[in-house]
Amino acid sequence: MMSKRVLDIWVGAFVLAGLVSIMFLALRVANQSTFALAAGDTYRVQARFDNIGGLKVRAPVKSAGVLVGRVAGIRFDNESFEAVVALELDAAYRFPRDTAAKILTSGLLGEQYIGLAAGGDTVNLNDGDTLKITQSAIVLENLIGQFLYSKAADGDEKKQ
Amino acid sequence: MMARGLLDLLAALGARVNGAVVRLGFASRFFLAVLAGSGTSLRRLPLTIREIYFAGVLSLVIIVVSALFVGMVLGLQGYDTLVRYGSAEALGTLVALSLTRELGPVLAALLFASRAGSAITAEIGLMKTTEQLSAMEMMAVDPIARIVGPRFWGGVISMPLLAAIFTLVGIFGGYLIGVVLIGLDPGSFWSQMQGSVELREDIVNGLIKAFVFGVAVTLIAVFEGYDAVPTAEGVSRATTRTVVTSALAILALDFVLTAFMFRGV
Amino acid sequence: MSPDNLVELEHVSFAYERARPVLSGVTLRIPRGKVVAIMGGSGSGKTTILRLIGGALRATGGEVRVFGSSMKRIGAAELYRLRRRMGMLFQFGALFTDLSVFENVAFPMRERTGLPDELIRPLVLMKLQAVGLRGAAALMPQQLSGGMARRVALARAIALDPDLMMYDEPFTGLDPISLGVIGQLIRRLNDALGASSIVVTHDVHESLEIVDYVYFISDGRVVAEGAPDEVRRSTMPFVHQFVHAEADGPVPFHYPAPDYRSELVAAR
Repeated sequence: MMSKRVLDIWVGAFVLAGLVSIMFLALRVANQSTFALAAGDTYRVQARFDNIGGLKVRAPVKSAGVLVGRVAGIRFDNESFEAVVALELDAAYRFPRDTAAKILTSGLLGEQYIGLAAGGDTVNLNDGDTLKITQSAIVLENLIGQFLYSKAADGDEKKQ
Repeated sequence: MMARGLLDLLAALGARVNGAVVRLGFASRFFLAVLAGSGTSLRRLPLTIREIYFAGVLSLVIIVVSALFVGMVLGLQGYDTLVRYGSAEALGTLVALSLTRELGPVLAALLFASRAGSAITAEIGLMKTTEQLSAMEMMAVDPIARIVGPRFWGGVISMPLLAAIFTLVGIFGGYLIGVVLIGLDPGSFWSQMQGSVELREDIVNGLIKAFVFGVAVTLIAVFEGYDAVPTAEGVSRATTRTVVTSALAILALDFVLTAFMFRGV
Repeated sequence: MSPDNLVELEHVSFAYERARPVLSGVTLRIPRGKVVAIMGGSGSGKTTILRLIGGALRATGGEVRVFGSSMKRIGAAELYRLRRRMGMLFQFGALFTDLSVFENVAFPMRERTGLPDELIRPLVLMKLQAVGLRGAAALMPQQLSGGMARRVALARAIALDPDLMMYDEPFTGLDPISLGVIGQLIRRLNDALGASSIVVTHDVHESLEIVDYVYFISDGRVVAEGAPDEVRRSTMPFVHQFVHAEADGPVPFHYPAPDYRSELVAAR
């Protein structure tokens, strides 16, 4: 039979190893920004899109490739028939009022995110503002449809 | 003749369902009794610490070795597939996501069931067979509080820790293959991983899974032991049942939990 | 109820299934300070009587009274209170395999009294001394012989100085020397503790040496009773067969079966 002390030491080491593993997973493996965003100051702005494609809640918001916030909510406006996307931005990053929002895709088949392109206005965005300039998601089917249509139109012109 | 056979079949089915319901009811009452007796187990910490040793520390070797191999296999297979699409840097993401969300909790729980769960069943079953539980009752000591409770809590505490260790060692195994052996850039390995693993969505949910599996496996193990037919054959059957039932419970619960957690993400 | 009887069974019957009664109408009493044997063949319901007295089973008919309390509708708390005054030696000792000999004997004291270690230690050593195994205190149960394990279990059963000791087949599987030792211990401890003892056994000769009174159980009924001398002289066929270990008699050698010859013929 092993002495109680040795047993205690083993169990202590085991519990410590488990907790260190959890800490490591949380701090080193996981995304830090969720942490920072949840804890730190944020402000919300809105953007209206004709079509958001496959954008999802919690998708990243990036500017110049840097993560600056996340999509906080998506709803449908029943009067303008547009999608209203709420963006939660890190308070550390300020953008001019005429900043443009685009729905982009990371890589050819990757997830969709919102890209912000800063404008030239001297006044910065505040909590509750709405982004005026937006560009909807590129929907592959529409693109192909347009391409075929224009090809067909070209063909018609040539015949005449 | 035909109708008679059908009726027999129906009766057999009915008897099975009836038996299963009775057993389930018995198991639920047992669970409540364990929870009611938990005061003793938690107040007398040395008893529970002892069980953490048997359930947790003694499972460490199999957990660490398996996790290392699983991580290395993920690294090899993942690289092989990802490199065709020119995105080998995503290996870190692939290894980390599969481990935190699924493989860590599920495989750790399966190993835990076969290493610690079966041992718990065999131990309690043997104590029943040799009348140790009856002797305890005759000494006016409740065996559920004294024997079952500490083993239950020891298992429930150990399981999430084992799952976390499994996940971490697995990621390290993937790192060994991806970075050390194949020569991917360590910076992009980690940063790609950090870019797509979420604390709440992936890590916390993985730990919740591990906790639920821990409760299920340990409960099955102590119940099968306590409910075992007190003979050598009965105990060996109970031990087998623990492993089989636990494995099914883990996989079924995993499906249910995954459906709830990762729906719409 | 006479105050001199620690345990009384009044027309007690018990059955797991209605169709197969284990006990039917058993009446017996255990007087204070006496050692009483309950004898009978295997499966005659002897152990069931101990389980009824210990409260592990409830009688389906009749009345079981222990220390003057009826066991019929006893609550869990009251039952545990009664059990603190009982000690039980199980058939193979039922020592806790993960605890040392010392810890096994200390177990009921630690669990039930909350005494500090400094007090428990001498008490445990006294109990072990009483069964002659003080030197084995540090051993684990796996290292003990069958007779030694039984003696340790005995020390554990008397740890809290019970008023009622119950022995379930204490002589089974022991060599003649260990058997004699256990027999003497049962008697000596009973007298030293001022307790009453119930010995369930089928070992006639050893128990007749040490007990004050004997009940014979067969088919769930008390078929004979008396002091050891009366039992030895008894001409009752059952008692005679039992005491003199004859193969056939009122307890038949053959399990009930159809006629031998006709079954053999039918088998062809």
